[in-house]
Order: sequence, then C-alpha cells, then structure tokens
Amino acid sequence: MDSSLFFGLSSIAYILAMICYIAYLAFRTPMVGLIATVITVFGFVSHTLAFFIRWKEFADFGGMGIMRAIPLTNLYESLIFFAWCIILGYLFIEWKYKNRSFGAFITPIAGMIMAFIDISGISKDIHPLVPALQSNWLLAHVTMSFLAYAAFAISFSTAIMYLALSTDESRRTSWPYLFWTISLGMFAAVLIAMGLDFLSFKIIGKGPESFIKNYLFKASFRSESVVVIALSYAALAAFVFVVWRFGSTLKRAIGAFSLDADVLDELTYKCIAVGFPVFTLGGLIFGAIWADQAWGRYWSWDPKETWSLITWFVYAFFLHARHMRGWRGDKTAAVAVVGFVSTIFTYLGVNLLLSGLHSYGGM
Amino acid sequence: MRGELMLKETDVAENQSQKSSIIDRIWSGLASIKLAVIVFALISLTSIVGTLLEQNGDPEKNLKVIAKFVGTSAAPKVFAMLDGLGFTDMYHAWWFVALLYLFAANLIVCSLERLPNIWKLVRQPIQALPADRVSAMPVRREVLLKSDRDSAASAVQAALRSGGFQPAQAETDGMVQFYAEKGRYSRLGVYMTHLSIIIILVGAIVGMKYGFNAHLNLLEGTTSAVAYFGEGKEIPLGFELRCDDFSVDFYDTSDTPKSYKSWLTVLENGTPVAIDGKTTTEIEVNRPLRHKGVTFYQSSYGYAPNRDSLFKFVLTGRNGQKESVSLKFGDAFTIPGTTVQGVVADFSPAIAVDQSNRLFTYAESMNNPAVFVEFSEQGKPKYKQWILKRYPETWAFPDGTVEFQDLWGSQYTGLQVRKDPGVGIVYAGCLLMSIGLYIAFFTSHARVWVLLREERGTTRVMIAGSSSKNRVAFEGNIERLTQAMSAKEAV
Ligand code: HEM
Repeated sequence: MDSSLFFGLSSIAYILAMICYIAYLAFRTPMVGLIATVITVFGFVSHTLAFFIRWKEFADFGGMGIMRAIPLTNLYESLIFFAWCIILGYLFIEWKYKNRSFGAFITPIAGMIMAFIDISGISKDIHPLVPALQSNWLLAHVTMSFLAYAAFAISFSTAIMYLALSTDESRRTSWPYLFWTISLGMFAAVLIAMGLDFLSFKIIGKGPESFIKNYLFKASFRSESVVVIALSYAALAAFVFVVWRFGSTLKRAIGAFSLDADVLDELTYKCIAVGFPVFTLGGLIFGAIWADQAWGRYWSWDPKETWSLITWFVYAFFLHARHMRGWRGDKTAAVAVVGFVSTIFTYLGVNLLLSGLHSYGGM
Repeated sequence: MRGELMLKETDVAENQSQKSSIIDRIWSGLASIKLAVIVFALISLTSIVGTLLEQNGDPEKNLKVIAKFVGTSAAPKVFAMLDGLGFTDMYHAWWFVALLYLFAANLIVCSLERLPNIWKLVRQPIQALPADRVSAMPVRREVLLKSDRDSAASAVQAALRSGGFQPAQAETDGMVQFYAEKGRYSRLGVYMTHLSIIIILVGAIVGMKYGFNAHLNLLEGTTSAVAYFGEGKEIPLGFELRCDDFSVDFYDTSDTPKSYKSWLTVLENGTPVAIDGKTTTEIEVNRPLRHKGVTFYQSSYGYAPNRDSLFKFVLTGRNGQKESVSLKFGDAFTIPGTTVQGVVADFSPAIAVDQSNRLFTYAESMNNPAVFVEFSEQGKPKYKQWILKRYPETWAFPDGTVEFQDLWGSQYTGLQVRKDPGVGIVYAGCLLMSIGLYIAFFTSHARVWVLLREERGTTRVMIAGSSSKNRVAFEGNIERLTQAMSAKEAV
C-alpha cells in the first residue's frame, strides 16, 4: 500500500466536503450537512492512514527506530501534517460548537495543501535523516509545534472573520476595516504569487529540491525583469483595493453563515489559549532541549529560534491585553492576525528567506 | 471577575501623585504595563533586524543583504552604522542584554505588586455570604426539592461531594447555607509562569558567567587536556580526553551520513577513568559524554592523513583462518595459510569512477575510503586491486579475503565542549513554566454557595457561584450539580 494513494483520496475528500459545506450553508438541509461531515471524517481517516503508512515506509527505508522516523523532515511533509492538524482542530470545533459554518473555509485550505503536495510529487521520495535530526525530542518538538501552528491558523481565520463581521463598510477608513482588508488582501496575494511560482516552476520543470528556495516570488516580486516586479506590486495594490472596496460582500457571506461575532471572538481566544501553552512546551522548551542535546546549546539565537520567540511575545501580548486590559473584539483580533503572520514567518519565512542552523524544513 | 484581573493603573497614578522618592518612581515605572509593551516591542523589533543580518557573519554577505533594502550606494553607510550599534553581534550587545534585564525587572516588579492581593485570595478560605450577595453571583440555578430541609440538605451535600467539593455549612438569614470551593491554587499558575521566566534568565546568566563553550578537534589516538574557543584561546579541562576511534556510517551507497561516532576515554593523572562502568564511551550526535560538568558533543569530523596512520585489515585465508593486522603505509602482510603477501601502495579517502572509467578522489573526507594493494608470492607480482571499505565485493581474492576496516589515526573527531552549570536551573525553570502554564490555562478556581429555604414541606435550593475562568464550562458544572441534587433526593 502506498501512502500517496491515501493522501490523494483525502485531498479529493476535502474538496468534495467543501462543496457540501457550501451547499449546506446555501440550502440548510441537515442531510447535506451530515454528508459534508462524513466526507470530511472520511478524508481525515484516509489522511491519518496515509500519514502512518508513510511513517512506516520511512522507518523501513531508513532502518531506524519507529520513533525516529516520523515523516516530518521536510517542508512538504510538514505541510501534510499541518493540514492534518487543521482538520483535526476543525472537527473538534464542529463537534464542540455544533456549528458547520467553518467547514466551508477550512476544508478548502486543507484540500489545497494536499493537492499542492500531490502535484509536486513529493510523497514518493523519502530522504534519510542526518544525525542531528535523529532524536526523540524531534517527535515531540515538531508535532507539538505544528499543533500549535494549526491552532494559531484557526485563530487567524476566526479573527479575520470577526473583523469582517464587526466592521462597517460605511466606515471604510476606520482602522479595523483597513487592517483586515489589507491583511487579507496581502495574504491572498502572497498565496497567489506562490501559486504562480509553482506554475512557472512546473513549466521550467526543475526538481522540487530547488523549487521553493530559489523560486519563491521569482515569478512575481523577485523577478529578473523590472516590469514584472512593477506589475506584481501593481497587482498587489489592485488586489488589496478590491478586497477593501468589496469587503462587505465577505461580511454578508459570513453573516449568512450565521456565525456571530461573540462566538468568533471567543474561538479566537480559545485557540490561542490552547496554542500558547502547546507552543511554549513543544516549540520553545522541547526545541531547546533538543538543541542542547544535539549542539550543546539550548539557545543560540538562530533565526528560527528568534522568530519563535517573537511569535511567543506576540501571543503573550494577546493574552495580557485580553486579561489585564480587558481588550476584546477588534483590538485582540488584530493582535491575533499579527501573531499568525509571525507564525507563518517562523514556519516558512525563516526557511525560505533566511538561513539558519535548522536544516529542518529547509529541504 | 475581570475586574480583579485588571491592572490597577489608578494605584500607580496615586503613587506618582504623592511626593514620591526616586525609588518609588522607578518602582512604579517598572510596575507599569506600558513599559512591558515597550520592552516587548523593542526586543521583538531589534530581534527581527538580528535575524536579517547574519550574526558574527561575513561582512560581505551582510552588506549584500542591506543593499537589498536600501540600495548598493547607501549600503556601506547603513552597514557601518548597524555594525557600530552592535547589530552584527546584537544578542551580546550591551543594549540588548540591558533590554533583557529591564524585561526581567518589569516582570518581577509587576508580579510583586499584585502578589499580596492574589495571595490573600489564595490564603483566605471561602466564607458564607449573605443571601443577597449569593443571588447576585454571575452563575445561578434554582431547583425545588420535594422533601424537608434536612433530607434536602443531605442530598445537596452528597451532590457537592460527588462534584469534588468539600462543603461547609452555616446558618444565614434563617437559611441553611453550604459553601465550597476547589482549585484555589489555580490563581498561582500565572505567578509560577512569571517566576519560571526569571529562573530561566538566572540560569542563562549563571551559564554565561561560570561556563564556557569551546571546541576540540581530536585526531584518533591523540590526547588533549584543553579545549579551544574563539581564535584558539585555551581552556583547561581539568582532565585529559583521548579519542580512541572515530567512524562514520552512510545510508546505503549515498554520501548522506547516517551516524557518526567517536570512542572517547577520560584520563586523570594518566589513568583511564570509568564512566558508567566503562572506560571507553561511545558518543554520537544527540548522545554526548559528560564528565565533571564538562560535556562533549559530537559536532563534526575531518580527515588529516599522516605518516603514523595505521591500515587495519581483517584477513581470512582459504582455510577459514582469520587474522587482524594493523600496518603502516608500505608495510607488508601475509594472507593466513598462504605465502601471498600484500603491500599498500595507494590510498584514497573518497574514491569514485568518472565517465571514462578513471578513478578519482571526490572528497577531502573519508566518505568512501579505498586502498590499492599489490599482491605478490615469493617476490613475483600476482595481482593488484583497489579494496573499498564500503564495498565487500572488492574484498575477495583467489587466496582469501582482505577486509579493509579503517585507516586509523587519520580522522579527527570535532567535539563541541561545553560547561554550563546553569543548564539545570534553566531546565527547572522550563519545568516550572510547563506546570505554571498548565495551571494558568487548564485549571480554574471555582466557588459555589447553596442556599436552602423550606417552603411548606418542600425545599427551594439556590445554587450560585463563580469561576476564575471558563465560565461556559463552569455553567455546565453547576447544571450537573443541580441535576445531581434532584437525583440524590429521589433515592
Ligand atoms: C513573555 C513573557 C510573559 C509570559 C509568557 C507571561 C505569561 C502570562 C500568562 C500565561 C498569564 C495568564 C494569562 C491568562 O490567564 O490567560 C499572565 C498574566 C499576567 N501577566 Fe504575564 N507573562 C509574561 C510577561 C509579563 C510581564 C513583562 C508582565 C509585567 C508587566 C506581566 C504581567 C502579568 C500580569 C499582571 C498578569 C495577570 C495576573 C493576574 O491574573 O493577576 N507578564 N502572564
């Protein structure tokens, strides 16, 4: 049995589930909602199976202990796990809050990640681990970091939805409205730019190894040609403008999903309240213990560590603002958005844009 | 509830308006949340710059990075400025260290300011409340129990006990009142978390003051009593360390190392010391050697060929007779049970074949070591062959097998040598932080009051309470308590 078959199945399931969730929101037929959930669960089970099969493949291939062989050693594998964590978190929220409205947002993200991995063909090649990565702390460190990242990702989407719902189009120049439309516009534009990189790279046809690091934004913001760079920034500005101008459409859509602002605010907080301790223990403390054993330094201020610390500060700020100052709503939602931007940078930006000690995820 | 968590900015303001001494002023400055925000922001923003520039790195590289932001013409000036401000080694710059100290002071003062209040809350057990206070609680339920007050009271007590509470009883306003609390210490979680940060910083300072971080390259068979740091400054170890052997394993036929190992011996006054019962300790990445507070980490390796290196072979004759030999370049050996002699005539640390079938050395480390051995019998040349350590098919000859095991004494092990008496403190802080965060986020201080009023043979029961966090879950608990009371009464 091949793990990529099951990864493929789950990506199809997530896309189908997204269609069902949207249909459910449109028609409100309980049966459709149930089908959406069943498909998501099916995708999740298949995803889980695939993950464990790959784990086994990895262990057999490398001839190392099962604990050492967790398939989380490069960017693609970590993306798979990230998608898994997001779906896990989503299913938990659906069960706990008896609300299916997020499904339409979350499943396409997971589906897109899975599809991306599938086309890039990465699931087939397995790279053995260099000695520094052969540690049981790696298992704890990496899995917990990703669980936290997923919690932060969900808090980001609830925070954006909160801001979209609570701001008014008649006051397009108020800071919360500006903040969320610009953030979301830039976020989407960056995703699109990465999609372009991916397409152009497919056309050029280089191996995936050289892909991300050298090709990131090469088809847009970091192009050889000044014209393309100028066009890219113009497109970015236009994109942000469109989101800003028509942000109220999104507001109506979210309103139609019958999500209310208080639930979103509460969810943002809950996700961070779970993510923060998990990140502290798994990301910072276990990471420090691992570095201590591997390199003899528990903290060496390398970029990955420093960015983790910055992310940690942002979320600590979130918690203090909420608890000590009683910040609610717009302001905390904005901090949650900043926190996730910092998280993304810790996860991807450091590996793609900066260099460091961590060969991990650097491909 | 939120009220009691809010920082008392007014207190701070009052302090300032009184004719206060300098010390008071500094104190209230350090207690302010504004300072915390500023320090958080400064640490984060400067750190971002620190991650963009390579720390202690090549100036050329950093110049290029800066040029990306400000253009090539302005880059040298900006670089000189950042360099002058210490940004090229910023995590050791005085101002960054000062920021960390400020952060610590802020945290300590902030926590001390609020500790007395919280401590009172923790020390002071729950008390009976007048009925009007109880009915003003944020979470309330009422049930009517169909029995008299005494049996209702025992149902209430039983329900509270099964909910994990230890109720006390009082008479207020002519009513029976039960009151109980649990998780009082949950309020200390925040302080444990803050304290743990301070402990970790203390551990880091102890490590910097009383420890060192050095390196040592040790050739197989050699001994050293010192390690080196910076540009070759010596640090005495207090004992001697010998490298007995070093080896690298690769994945299959690739050049990706699977593991690298050193065999080390600690010597005191020239005699080997047993560590965990053995005089030779095998170390690898993630599995260091510790002795007298000094830890040796496997960090790198290298190749340094020399005249004294020994070729190690295991020879097997056709009759199955085995023999291990070690010899220097040019020495001869005899295959057991024969008169065939071999002489090492050439060596390559990493041999490969190019497209036109020529052999060449592709790396300067022992990735694929090979010896060229010339065989002869009674002075007459017989055959000659490359013998590769990683390829057993090259070991076989008509007269027996020659397994090339190692060129011993030509590789050095690269060790990271560290002494850090602060690590234990840092780990203790990490442990405390984990516990503190768990308490702060996943436990809560819950308080309940239950009033019983008899009404014509039945009893009206009011349950009210408050929780330090997670009100939704607390409401669920109160609901369950209420149901349990009805259920207990039914039996
Ligand atoms: C990055 C470092 C810090 C971390 C990780 C941290 C952690 C925490 C946590 C987990 C809480 C509990 C919040 C909750 O219940 O959701 C808390 C509360 C609090 N923190 Fe911090 N903190 C940090 C720095 C600071 C600093 C610098 C100050 C001082 C200005 C401070 C002052 C407070 C106060 C006053 C509370 C409320 C305590 C109470 O409930 O009485 N913290 N902190």
